[in-house]
Amino acid sequence: MEEENKEAVISEIHRRIAEAFNVFDNESSKSVDVREVGTIIRSLGCFPSEAELHEMIAEVEEEEPTGYIRFEKFLPAMTKVLMERKFRPIPKDVLIQAFEVLDQEKKGYLEAEELKKYMTQEGEPFSQDEVEEMLSAALDNKENVIFYKDLVSKMTFEDL
Amino acid sequence: MGCGTSVATENQGKISEKAMKAAVLIQRWYRRYIARLEMRRRYTWSIFQSIEYAGEQEQLQLSSFFSFMLDNFTQLSGNGPDLISNLLEPEVSEGSRGAQFEGILVSDSYCGPRLSFPLTVSDTNALLGAFKAQQTLHARYLLQLLHETKKFLKQMPNIIRLSTSCAKEITICGDLHGRLDDLLLIFYKNGLPSTENPYVFNGDFVDRGKKSVEILVVLFAFLLVYPDHMHLNRGNHEDHIMNLRYGFTKEVMQKYRVHGREILRLLQDIFSLLPLATIIDDKVLIVHGGISNMTDLDFVGSIERHKVKSALRLPRQSFDHMGLEWERREAKGYQDTQSSGRSRGETTRKRRSRSRKNSSGSSSSSSSSSSSSSLCSPCGSLHPGPTPLPSPGLLGRTDILQVPFLDSVVAMATPHSREEEEWKQVVDLLWSDPKGQNGCTPNTFRGGGCYFGPDVTRRLLQKHGLRLLVRSHECKQEGYELCHDDQVITIFSASNYYEEGSNRGAYLKLGPDLVPRFFQYQVSRCTRKLTLHQRVSVVESSALKALKEKLFAHRSELMTAFQQYDEDSKGYISTSDWAKAMESVLRLDLPWRTLRPRLARLTPDGSVEYQSCFEDVCPGQPTIQISPNLAETLYRYRTDLEIIFNIIDKDHSGLISIDEFRQTWKLFSSHLNVDVDDRTIEDLARTIDFNKDGSIDFNEFLEAFRVVHKLDGKEKQQG
Repeated sequence: MEEENKEAVISEIHRRIAEAFNVFDNESSKSVDVREVGTIIRSLGCFPSEAELHEMIAEVEEEEPTGYIRFEKFLPAMTKVLMERKFRPIPKDVLIQAFEVLDQEKKGYLEAEELKKYMTQEGEPFSQDEVEEMLSAALDNKENVIFYKDLVSKMTFEDL
Repeated sequence: MGCGTSVATENQGKISEKAMKAAVLIQRWYRRYIARLEMRRRYTWSIFQSIEYAGEQEQLQLSSFFSFMLDNFTQLSGNGPDLISNLLEPEVSEGSRGAQFEGILVSDSYCGPRLSFPLTVSDTNALLGAFKAQQTLHARYLLQLLHETKKFLKQMPNIIRLSTSCAKEITICGDLHGRLDDLLLIFYKNGLPSTENPYVFNGDFVDRGKKSVEILVVLFAFLLVYPDHMHLNRGNHEDHIMNLRYGFTKEVMQKYRVHGREILRLLQDIFSLLPLATIIDDKVLIVHGGISNMTDLDFVGSIERHKVKSALRLPRQSFDHMGLEWERREAKGYQDTQSSGRSRGETTRKRRSRSRKNSSGSSSSSSSSSSSSSLCSPCGSLHPGPTPLPSPGLLGRTDILQVPFLDSVVAMATPHSREEEEWKQVVDLLWSDPKGQNGCTPNTFRGGGCYFGPDVTRRLLQKHGLRLLVRSHECKQEGYELCHDDQVITIFSASNYYEEGSNRGAYLKLGPDLVPRFFQYQVSRCTRKLTLHQRVSVVESSALKALKEKLFAHRSELMTAFQQYDEDSKGYISTSDWAKAMESVLRLDLPWRTLRPRLARLTPDGSVEYQSCFEDVCPGQPTIQISPNLAETLYRYRTDLEIIFNIIDKDHSGLISIDEFRQTWKLFSSHLNVDVDDRTIEDLARTIDFNKDGSIDFNEFLEAFRVVHKLDGKEKQQG
């Protein structure tokens, strides 16, 4: 009985992965541009860091990288990730704590420039585009600051 | 970072490390949020594209209906031929030497532009001003303009050759689809066409948008004023059958009630006279769709392009060349294969049946096999379908069956006549799409032309000493896209094509160095800047509405499929089963599991309450008393019926006789293999004869089969 259930679960996971993969596989070639793999993995509910992502890509790439990742290789690796529940979501409170670390003066908000500096210089830096986009969504227009608690709530809600 | 050894520095180090970790966390979270938005953006795009192309395939069904009627010509009773000739006879083009427009009176109350021929810049200015002020050009001037345009185009070659001498930059624009605002924006940003500012417009000027007439007028007017600096290529929508479905015919008839038919007849000729391609400096090839591995530019230069009136009407010769007589077609065997092949299931092909492996079970999953998709194969070979054919000698008969479908013609090893060859070359140029992998396969998604790979591009460019292929035909989010090692550029000029905010438009400029420069724009109704999330949500919601309408149109089939999985009639099934059912009924290659939260509710234990799929959409006017099944069928084929009725209604009164209605419906439903008995049709006819005067106002009739989105009111309030 349990075996059957497990098989059904795996089969369903396979289909979910195939669906997500297909959205980015424009030509039904059973392969996607390597630069899209991160998006696919994340859209399946995972929160890998860039470093973790690169590790995974290295796993599924061809021996001689072609710039494309084939579904054949992607499927087992991704199934493992989902079964093992790797790259779990970040709980809201942990996230807020992270902002609080950056908010050294405990103001409850971050200046636009402050956040920009951290995001583009620390950790796994954002590109100019990424940080601009984040600011445009996050900024409280009147005061040019980011109330991060509100931001987290809003984006968690939008993320469905 | 610091290199001191004091405790302070150590602490600093710790804080730095903490900050770094915090930053990584935030970045991880944010990138995941963006990835989700990207996924939503992509599947929204998939929804629009698959519905759009499913629509085009249904159009081919209409075309096959015409062919079906043609084939069954001899079977029809006394009344038949009239109906058939109404539907099939190409418009009798009177020797339109007679400048009939001269007889048309223009009343003094008309305050629109009065054109004087030969046209000058003051005419084009007047036209632009008038259209900006929402005026319509008087039929008399429109007809004269069309006559002059036709005369002009007749002396153009199939392939125009231009040069960028005198350091002139040439501007190339893609699909406009009746969006006058986009054209005006281009002129605003880039200047009007002139001897200093040459333009090439790469097809698809009409359909979908509401100002196709105005766009044509502007383009043709500039064509006549600057014949050496304004160039138009034909697109796949410059085709009178496509126009019947995609709105141009309707637009013309609405704006020109009296002279519409004459205008359309002229346009039919004009469209087929539009040049097929443009070449700049012998290096850059510009065509609307693309190429195939059979494209031969020298041959294309020599064909009689005006003979290919529509991609959806095959050269009649193709029937004769099959070498079969009429009697054979009436044989019962043919009829049976015919009707079993026509059920909706197989004529709608999945977008993805492109790959050469026919493991795509999708394309042949229904039991009956005379599915055209089973004849699909890489260019140059022919595979018989899985059903046992009556006998080898009758193989030809199956070919006839499938011939009306574009893809089967493409799959034919060799066209049988010069006419067919010409037709195929034209269709390839106007309908093909590039793909990433090498090779050339029939474009089953669209039902016409090919998918051509980088190798095909390379070979053609090399063969003719070309450097670049510029094409349009596909909507791109940024308005343009490069592929095939930057040897192919797609340029698309209708912004917000699917929905406000769905995509940008773009045009490109080429100077003597032939290095393309791109310019993007987006027509925008609201000035408020939207966040990425808002932009994605707006377009997504529009796509979901379209998808829900499709669900509604297939409600009974879907319910049957759902209930197959729900033996105990609990009202819910597993997500897996739900997705399977959606996939098998709708045949749209979409990520159903990912879409599920947007389409249906879950029970507390995680199963899908399948009835909830249909909650948001309901019929607009539940006034007509007919069975739900019939209503659903009518709803689904609403557009096709509209087209047919419009053709039958020769005098454009909006009315057809009950008899015509009954006959049409009967034929159409038998073609669709829909089971409707005579009694039901009789009742239906009588029900919709609102005035009881023997005629039917089909516009009213069709209005009854519109749907309403229950959530619309709420959205409008928030809008």
